[in-house]
Amino acid sequence: MTVTEDQPGAEVGRDRRRKEDARLITGRTMWTENINLPGMLHLAILRSPLAHARITHVDVDAALELPGVVAAFTGRDVADMQGSLPCAWPVTEDTVLPGYPPLAVDEVRHTGEPVAVVAARDRASAQDALEAIEIDYEPLPVVVDMEDALADGAPLVHEDAGTNKCYTWVLDSAEAGTGGDVAQAKSDAEVVLERRYVQQRLIPAFMEPRSVVVDPTGDQITMWSATQIPHILRLMLAMSTGVPEHKIRVVAPDVGGGFGGKLQVTPEEFIAFAAARRFGRPVKFVESRSETMLSGHHGRDQIQDITLSARRDGTVTGLSVKLLANMGAYLGIVTPGVPVLGAFMFNAIYKFPAYRFECSGVFTNTTKTDAYRGAGRPEATYAIERIMDELATELDVDPIELRRRNWIQHDEFPFTTVAGLTYDSGNYEAATDQAMELFGYHELRREQAERRESGDPVQLGIGVSTYTEMCGLAPSRILGQLRYGAGGWETASVRMLPTGKVEVITGTSPHGQSHETAWSQIVADRLGVPFDDVEVLHGDTRTSHKGLDTYGSRSLAVGGTALVSACEKVVDKAKPIAAHLLECDPADLEFVDGQYRVKGTPGAGKTLADCALAVFTAHDLPDGVEANLDADAVVDPENFSFPHGTHLCATEVDTETGQVKIRSYVAVDDVGTVINPLIVDGQVHGGIAQGIAQALYEEAVYDEDGNLLTGTFVDYTVPSSADLPDIITGRTETPATGHPLGAKGVGEAGTIASTPAVVNAIVDALRPFGVSDIRMPCTPERVWQAIRDARAAREGSDRP
Amino acid sequence: MIPAAFDYARPTSVDDAVGTLADGGEDAKILAGGQSLIPMLRLRLAAPTVVVDLGGVNDLRGVTDDGNHLVIGAMTTHDEIMNDPAVRSHAPLIAQATRTVADRQVRHMGTFGGSLAHADPAGDLPSVTMALDASFEIAGPSGRRSVPASEFFVDYLTTAMDPGEILVAVRVPKMSDSSGWGSHYEKLNRVAQAWALVGVAAMVQRDNGTMSDARVALTNMGPRPVRAHGVEEALRGAPATADAVGAAVAHAAENTEPADDVTASAEYRTHLASVLTGRAVRTAASI
Amino acid sequence: MTRISLTVDGVRYDDDVDPRTLLVHHLRDRLGKVGTVVGCDTSNCGACTVLLAGKSVKSCTVLATQADGSDVTTIEGLSGPNDALHPMQQAFHGCHGLQCGYCTPGMIMAAVDLLADNPEPSDDEVREGLEGNLCRCTGYQNIVRAVQQAAADMRAAAPRTSQSADAAQEVTT
Ligand SMILES: Cc1cc2nc3c(=O)[nH]c(=O)nc-3n(C[C@H](O)[C@H](O)[C@H](O)COP(=O)(O)OP(=O)(O)OC[C@H]3O[C@@H](n4cnc5c(N)ncnc54)[C@H](O)[C@@H]3O)c2cc1C
Ligand code: FES
Ligand code: FES
Repeated sequence: MTVTEDQPGAEVGRDRRRKEDARLITGRTMWTENINLPGMLHLAILRSPLAHARITHVDVDAALELPGVVAAFTGRDVADMQGSLPCAWPVTEDTVLPGYPPLAVDEVRHTGEPVAVVAARDRASAQDALEAIEIDYEPLPVVVDMEDALADGAPLVHEDAGTNKCYTWVLDSAEAGTGGDVAQAKSDAEVVLERRYVQQRLIPAFMEPRSVVVDPTGDQITMWSATQIPHILRLMLAMSTGVPEHKIRVVAPDVGGGFGGKLQVTPEEFIAFAAARRFGRPVKFVESRSETMLSGHHGRDQIQDITLSARRDGTVTGLSVKLLANMGAYLGIVTPGVPVLGAFMFNAIYKFPAYRFECSGVFTNTTKTDAYRGAGRPEATYAIERIMDELATELDVDPIELRRRNWIQHDEFPFTTVAGLTYDSGNYEAATDQAMELFGYHELRREQAERRESGDPVQLGIGVSTYTEMCGLAPSRILGQLRYGAGGWETASVRMLPTGKVEVITGTSPHGQSHETAWSQIVADRLGVPFDDVEVLHGDTRTSHKGLDTYGSRSLAVGGTALVSACEKVVDKAKPIAAHLLECDPADLEFVDGQYRVKGTPGAGKTLADCALAVFTAHDLPDGVEANLDADAVVDPENFSFPHGTHLCATEVDTETGQVKIRSYVAVDDVGTVINPLIVDGQVHGGIAQGIAQALYEEAVYDEDGNLLTGTFVDYTVPSSADLPDIITGRTETPATGHPLGAKGVGEAGTIASTPAVVNAIVDALRPFGVSDIRMPCTPERVWQAIRDARAAREGSDRP
Repeated sequence: MIPAAFDYARPTSVDDAVGTLADGGEDAKILAGGQSLIPMLRLRLAAPTVVVDLGGVNDLRGVTDDGNHLVIGAMTTHDEIMNDPAVRSHAPLIAQATRTVADRQVRHMGTFGGSLAHADPAGDLPSVTMALDASFEIAGPSGRRSVPASEFFVDYLTTAMDPGEILVAVRVPKMSDSSGWGSHYEKLNRVAQAWALVGVAAMVQRDNGTMSDARVALTNMGPRPVRAHGVEEALRGAPATADAVGAAVAHAAENTEPADDVTASAEYRTHLASVLTGRAVRTAASI
Repeated sequence: MTRISLTVDGVRYDDDVDPRTLLVHHLRDRLGKVGTVVGCDTSNCGACTVLLAGKSVKSCTVLATQADGSDVTTIEGLSGPNDALHPMQQAFHGCHGLQCGYCTPGMIMAAVDLLADNPEPSDDEVREGLEGNLCRCTGYQNIVRAVQQAAADMRAAAPRTSQSADAAQEVTT
């Protein structure tokens, strides 16, 4: 079956229908859960019901007696072979790096932490047997709130660390030489605003729960996992368990979403790895949704204290940021680094000259936090875009006008920011003008005034969010400066098959991002082969031995650039062969529309397919030319890329119930050169949906004993189609200058921009009531409460 | 997750079912549509030893008209009810409220009787039956009995039925447009698929310019549905105006004990009760 | 063990099942119908949606025994002869109504069921009709578009009879 139609023409820029779809729309997919191997054992994991406790007794004997059960073990049984889960990003020299046993050995530090494992012949028996495991705990004091955790005498999450503070990381523009001094800016300021914003805890909630299959038979131990990072996972398994890297193969088959939530090396993967080695048989662990929510990593969870200094003409002169970032009980692969990424984004698109960022990571008895779509950048963008609105209100200036007065003008690029990054390109004016036009900004403002005038119980609010983000993670040099444990390069290989078909091997690991389609488009153009003749292989360390996987909107900007480079090498390699076939001098040849032709002479030339066949037979190759057209490339980006855009949101707020409805939403994004507009729009829609979900619907809530109260989709309210609006998308295209594709990355843009747009719109609707902030998610109750509190405060202050 | 093991029976008559249930003892559980029970089995929040599936009892399914009442079989699905012509014309409140229950898939399996027997305080249909003064036909080892809605719902997930009893049908008095009754079910939920934070079922009878009679019942304002008698009294005989409704809703939260939990505070629920009562009553009375 | 007989995607299967077996696990683990997937354990996500006797259900919330004697259609049985795509599958592809594709089988089955009831829905009716299916990737916009595209294609292929017009009327009043 083929679901793609063939049309001639340049591929890049076309709205190609996706290659991936054929298997996904027919149910012929390879999810990890679909893998079944002979003799495979099914694992079930017993998890701690307590948030902090010493394990005083475990006995699995009764479980072993049950039908179908083959084995059971605890952390003590595998203590010397299970390894410790790695953190690849200690952001400071003195970051506290606690040990992280996959299976708890003698202490548990959050609810849901694995404490024992049963292996049985079927999943039901494994689950039944969990109930037969005897385990006793001695409860220890629990700390859930970050400020409580930092207070004197707080219970310690890790006793031997002696503190709940994981690290403090500072960027000060005066010290770094990238700008002025914030204290000075504050004392010189005509207006100073101080605000506290809270980034609630979120759950990534990818739709495919995590699962893992490990087969220890054969020469390599093979792990299939629903992961975003097969390459990093293999390395970490090797480094942590001592099994040599070349004896491990990791495969990410079809993966059902990640959003950073599968950018992790998980206890469950390590447990399955240990179990398979222990039993010498294949094992499978399929996680239930409630397990994913309880123990898969969470995102966000920061308290942000922000001080903005400005002049009365609206010029911002300084920003100081003090963050508390909840790490949870352990450090995941990049837990400490996530809030630090935000350090470079609080200054956003603005030119203010003084900046200080200080972030402390805090341990609590909760599930660890880690990357979630945007990772550090949505948090930063939220805070700055919220406080810019507060400043606009304070000065009685239109919020867009205020931003105009402060943003980098299009003719000022490249621009080195107060956080030390160099933005290569952008045009904030163009994106904003287009957004205002699509939105009908002035008309909506008029309607807002009318509704205010008439005292309509449903008030209209307009929210603005202008943003930029750093994508294309990342220049290895900068990652090194930030003490990240790896580089930021990416790889691509191109293999020419004898029939002229092309196999592309990429080090990126897509799980919804359509790399098979976009990469094929790039290759089709570069090699002059039909789109359908390209096969993109990924996510298996046996075919793609090297790569840094997919996160941080890096795949196209970095992996795509590597692909271009590999294609260029193929074209160069084939040239002497084509010349030989055409009996001419290679220097006289040009490669146009997939053909090598003698310059200036149209007509028949030789295609890459011709050369590939010639190389295959190797009957008649020029002397000294290797019988090989294949090429590899590794690209390390020089700089990040900086997508930007302007989002406008109109909300209708029912002031009686507090319910918010999004009436219209316009997103104008500049993601540089667009490879496939259909895919770009899809990424924008999905990103905005997740950003709206943070603004309105989602929050992971713990009680004071460390129980997760929102551990299923019943309480953790992921929005459905009935809850979300249609998005109007627009686009400006200012190509990235750092690499040949000009693409900047689009995976996270929507999420970063939309949350403040929505909250700004709600607050804007309620300004006349005296409301100036609402904590996220802005549930009907919180909105109602904010109106009520503001009214009460007014009445209080009206009284003589 | 996979449910704990249980034995399974699929009787074909009500008497059979009562017998099987009795044989099953204390830990036997009835399965209707399974849309509440199966999630609880999966999370192992319930672990019955025997599951008695009523799916094979044809007598329990369907709607009949016996003159002044509709008799709705317990196993009639939500989907069948909202599309049933008799329900739509004689008990439009049920049809309209049922449409707001869960989603299409759940409504294809979930049953009217299961919803009521489950007695979830956030369920939409218990308060609807309260507003309609429906009565519940119950079969058990000692025969059949009938319980009025006002006595059927006892507490959180608890009804007046004994463990060995089966809800057979619900009798609903016909109250439709032609007799001057208007009705409306109003609820507020956080996302479309979520259960109601608060719901209000309102029936208002109009006579020229006045509201001659009214019945109002609240969802999720306590461990069981409650009739808002104070509102009803204030409406009865009052002019059909927004002002009159506005005055009456002040009584909405009387005698309620709303929960204070992660989804909403008691205070907010109390506030919603009056706002949503106003909306439900105004729509029911076409104001 | 309870003996059940199901016709799945046109093929009849007779099996002894443990009564606690969920329909979705029977389909996946016993019958190899792995196109239908599981996304949650509280009946919220709809990833497991199949047609049971022609109506959409969440196959994680149906016991295999409850389905005894019924016809089941999964995503794998939706294509016509020679693997010709169903208009809904074609439209999801054409409108980019999927990204990771995990929600897609359930979404497509739910959408097929929706159009059977209401062949000419408004956008809001589509959004409400799919409220039982969660997607984390697409923001639903292109899913709504795909359903509308399929609706248009299906109406064009089979001109509406007055009967189906009445049925549509029924559910939208
Ligand atoms: C995602 C989701 C969302 C939902 N949203 C809503 C909502 O918004 N509003 C709402 O009201 N409901 C909602 N529900 C619940 C739904 O309406 C269920 O169908 C209903 O609560 C139970 O009906 P059932 O037929 O499925 O009963 P089952 O689940 O089979 O049974 C429920 C309970 O009632 C008992 N029982 C069932 N039938 C009888 C009988 N005849 N006699 C005695 N005892 C019996 C059972 O033993 C069991 O304890 C939702 C469910 C889901 C899964
Ligand atoms: S798996 Fe069935 S609804 Fe989620
Ligand atoms: S496409 Fe990924 S969940 Fe819908």
